[in-house]
Amino acid sequence: MKEKHEIRLWSVLFWLIVWQLISMRLDSEILLVSPFRVLGRLGQLMLTAAFWKAVLFTLSRIAAGFFLAAVAGVLLAAAASRFVRFRELLTPLMLAVRSVPVASFIILALIWFSSQNLSVFISFLMVLPIIYTSVLDGIRNVDRALLEMAQVFRIPGFRVMRYIYLPQVMPFFYSACSVALGMSWKAGAAAEVIGIPKGSIGERLQQAKVYLDTPDLFAWTLVIVAASLFFEKLVLFLARRIAKRCNAMPIKH
Amino acid sequence: MEDICIRNLSKSFGDKVVFDGLNLTIKGAATTCIMAPSGAGKTTLLRILMGLEAVDSGSVAGLEGKRFSAVFQEERLCENMTAADNIRLVMPASVSMAAVLAEMDRIGLGSCAGQPVCVLSGGMRRRVSILRALLAEYDVLFLDEPFKGLDEALKEQVLAYVKEKTTGKTVVFVTHDKMEAVIMEAQIIEPFA
Repeated sequence: MKEKHEIRLWSVLFWLIVWQLISMRLDSEILLVSPFRVLGRLGQLMLTAAFWKAVLFTLSRIAAGFFLAAVAGVLLAAAASRFVRFRELLTPLMLAVRSVPVASFIILALIWFSSQNLSVFISFLMVLPIIYTSVLDGIRNVDRALLEMAQVFRIPGFRVMRYIYLPQVMPFFYSACSVALGMSWKAGAAAEVIGIPKGSIGERLQQAKVYLDTPDLFAWTLVIVAASLFFEKLVLFLARRIAKRCNAMPIKH
Repeated sequence: MEDICIRNLSKSFGDKVVFDGLNLTIKGAATTCIMAPSGAGKTTLLRILMGLEAVDSGSVAGLEGKRFSAVFQEERLCENMTAADNIRLVMPASVSMAAVLAEMDRIGLGSCAGQPVCVLSGGMRRRVSILRALLAEYDVLFLDEPFKGLDEALKEQVLAYVKEKTTGKTVVFVTHDKMEAVIMEAQIIEPFA
């Protein structure tokens, strides 16, 4: 039976109590602020327009990077599955993007262009190889017997794509998305902290660091986690909807 | 429909020679049954005729520009699609769903038309793949042990249906069961004897 990784309320409460007890024991807001203080600070921040602007700034850029990479990854994987030389050409590039530390890319990007759209680029770079590799694996694992059947019956290319490729590649795309989503947020937020684009969550985190404002640091971290979860749920919901349509939608002539 | 002429056909897989210099004529607008022991190369021959396998040498004439249909040894169905959608996948747009359902009813598939094929029994899946082949538009129909896995009563019903639907068409049929060939009124050839 598949093991479920559900988050239980009691376990969340347990760790909040542990956090509260440690902060009470340390009795220093700079070292470890209490969860109540963080929630209070988050409440204050949420009442300001600047908070929502910062959230929208970061969310829109990381989302843009993610979606661009998803589209590019799928198109490149489709081309790579068709043309061996193209696949050979891309392999070292994708390996390099996966292996080079994200900090190096962030610094390089800061040299190349302004920090305002830095998180788009970094999110794109983190997501692209994951989507590309998974979708390519999916395409290469498509049932050859079904493709032969399509060849014999001369099923039009669009139908082969829609009814043979899509249902079999979608699970690979879905699992790649679930891995890439978390990475895009971690890397995107790190890029903003280093690049400090004006009006971003990363700028607020950097300010919290400079002024040793631990409540702000925790509150903004909580915001990143919440925004990341919201974005992840939204994208995976959309991916599930597409997957469901791929498998169950009746054929329309 | 012209005859299919196979001349000096040779095919090997590594060291294993499947056939060497095979000559064969398959009559057009008729059912031809190829009979041979297991492993003789019947399926390989069908795959070559369907264009799925390259030949080492020799030629096949009479299939240029022809549309094919087939029942493969395995069902080769899209598992998450319904039985009716699997059939419609290979059909032209002009054929209505009602027409498909009527044909499904005739071989006892009416009740499962809307079910995904992954939940159907082996016999039902077999009949879906047979019906898919029969309802596609084709000039040549290839049947590779099409009735495998059907019980006797069902086989009789499906055989009669296939015979009715393929009369006057070019059918290349592979089986081990001579009775099937007799019921299909097929010309039996044993090219590997």
